Amino acid sequence: MNLHEYQGKQILEQYGVNIQRGYVAETTEQALAAYHKIREQSGSDVAIVKAQIHAGGRGKGGGVQLVKNEDELQQVAGQILGMMLKTPQTPGGLDGAGKLVRKILIAEDAYKPDFDSCKEYYMSILMDRERKQNVIIYSTKGGMNIEQVAEESPELVHKEYIDPTLGMQGFQTRKIAFNLGLHGQAFKEMTKFVHKLYTAFVGSDASLFEINPCLHTGEDQIIAVDCKVTIDDNALFRHPDLAAMRDISEEDPTEVEAKKFGLNYVNLDGNVGCMVNGAGLAMATMDIIKLSGGEPANFLDVGGTADAERVEQAFRIILKDPSVEAILINIFGGIVRCDRVAQGVVDAYKNLGNINVPIIVRLQGTNADIAKKIIDESGLEVQSAILLQEAADKVAEVLRTVA
Amino acid sequence: MSILVNKNSRIIVQGITGNEGSFHTAQMIEYGTPVVGGVTPGKGGQIHLDKPVFNTVSDAVDKEGADTSIIFVPPRFAPDAIMEAAEAGIQVIVCITEGIAVQDMVKVKAYLKNFDCRLVGPNCPGIITPGEAKLGIMPGFIHRQGTIGIVSRSGTLTYEAVDQVTKAGLGQSTCIGIGGDPIVGTTTKEAVELLMNDPETEGIIMIGEIGGGMEAEAAHYVQEFGTKPVVGFIAGKTAPAGRTMGHAGAIIGGKADTAAAKMEILEAHGVHVVQSPAHIGRTMAEVLRQ
Repeated sequence: MNLHEYQGKQILEQYGVNIQRGYVAETTEQALAAYHKIREQSGSDVAIVKAQIHAGGRGKGGGVQLVKNEDELQQVAGQILGMMLKTPQTPGGLDGAGKLVRKILIAEDAYKPDFDSCKEYYMSILMDRERKQNVIIYSTKGGMNIEQVAEESPELVHKEYIDPTLGMQGFQTRKIAFNLGLHGQAFKEMTKFVHKLYTAFVGSDASLFEINPCLHTGEDQIIAVDCKVTIDDNALFRHPDLAAMRDISEEDPTEVEAKKFGLNYVNLDGNVGCMVNGAGLAMATMDIIKLSGGEPANFLDVGGTADAERVEQAFRIILKDPSVEAILINIFGGIVRCDRVAQGVVDAYKNLGNINVPIIVRLQGTNADIAKKIIDESGLEVQSAILLQEAADKVAEVLRTVA
Repeated sequence: MSILVNKNSRIIVQGITGNEGSFHTAQMIEYGTPVVGGVTPGKGGQIHLDKPVFNTVSDAVDKEGADTSIIFVPPRFAPDAIMEAAEAGIQVIVCITEGIAVQDMVKVKAYLKNFDCRLVGPNCPGIITPGEAKLGIMPGFIHRQGTIGIVSRSGTLTYEAVDQVTKAGLGQSTCIGIGGDPIVGTTTKEAVELLMNDPETEGIIMIGEIGGGMEAEAAHYVQEFGTKPVVGFIAGKTAPAGRTMGHAGAIIGGKADTAAAKMEILEAHGVHVVQSPAHIGRTMAEVLRQ
């Protein structure tokens, strides 16, 4: 589950991590009130307006702007709120449609006493799949894309692995602070910062913390200016407060609806819809659509119980996508009996009335023969197959006639 | 011979009295799997599906000589169940449960280092040695005793491969579903290594997917120590970057995570890579004939 910057900062703050302070606003009136609070707290007229969407690179699309007075604040807030913000990470990139900005964060200017006396570092925490341990990745090259830094100057990217049973040790926080070239007060601040940040990561069951930039101010404070936080969905059962932070307006509405019916759906750009049981087979089915000359329109795993109701909901979701020209249903019946799935397909088809895209149903496994018979004798415009290759050939054939 | 599980295994089911546990235990017994009992805390002393139920794994080990366990326990309790099995001296632990928190698995993996045991899963279909023991949720009837070992991160895609192998006139020595989570007990390379060292296995099918470096690691092993032909397929060539495709571990983070990059590495290390998931069985048969 991805969080907004302001939500991530709420978590950090709970664990005592220094953050760039700010207040979230959904209207220009709220933005003005937030600005007044920030001005009072920071003693400066300068504030930063930051669009809150689930995508990085917001500054590149004009989603992060500096303001120096009330007038500018109102103008910028009005401009960013409600805009379709395009960043390299929003759908379609900088040339795409962008994402609607519903909330902004009015934040203090953390660069004290002035911009030139501050240094920007990079710091992230995630689980390393090969080592099966959490790792802290950090660099003196902050404020830019870490993949780019790793490619251009790998010697500037450091990693510190954390023992899962013992947790972060003192020598590790010191090593990080030394490697960042710190001494004196800043050194002490950094060791505290890293320790609290790691405690927050583990305490919130996060799968990613990315602090970029992690600021070393001219006053030797260490501050998280921006943060990207992802929480492990499988751990939300022990964090009801974090689960409540989910912002479904940031997610694809069809994917949200699919989830309600226990369907695992990801929308893609292609022309052939698919409905499959099991994630691995679903990916393989997408691949075979491509090999047959089509492009997959979605990933859809119906899960272990492909009954009539689920199949019907899956149909509805796939058919919402106007670019779908054909549908391939691929079910390998193990515990699920194919004849039941076949009956589900027939019932769903009849319930939905007129489906005017060709459908290929491939049922294999338990009772596959009976299933084929049910489909073939239903009188529906549905083609059946038993072997995967057969299904692939039929998809290719259908696509030729569509084209 | 086969690997990990056979007719002489002494298997217990953790969570035997639950819905999932009951259903699949009955299927396992029907297949002829040597299930010797089950564990449900608080239900010790009961008889379920004609098998004795124990309060703890330790009791099952003491009374029935259990050496193998399969876990059907909800995700928030499954990490505890895995550690209990390891501590009690179980040697092969299969965890079927999907949805375990990653940080819990980080701790479990560290804990298991203290014991001489093997974890398979979580989020996996289990292990089957056809004709001897079905330690999992796979449909038994598609399998046939034979000499092909199968390693896979997926459930139904494994069944697909098994079915193709059987239809190609071959059979399976042992099939291992290693699981679709970011952290799994047994890696692709470890499973391939076990099959490579099994005298009854003549060929290996390795099915991977996007995300992580397990397939690349296995490919390096195959090149260096491989003595048997390996056929490989990677699912997710058409998967978009940055999205989780069903399995928690199936996500493209960097370039090395993509199916294309993995297929390239496999190919370069002597694995017979198939582009289409429909050609897995056929290719294995062809390679064996050469």
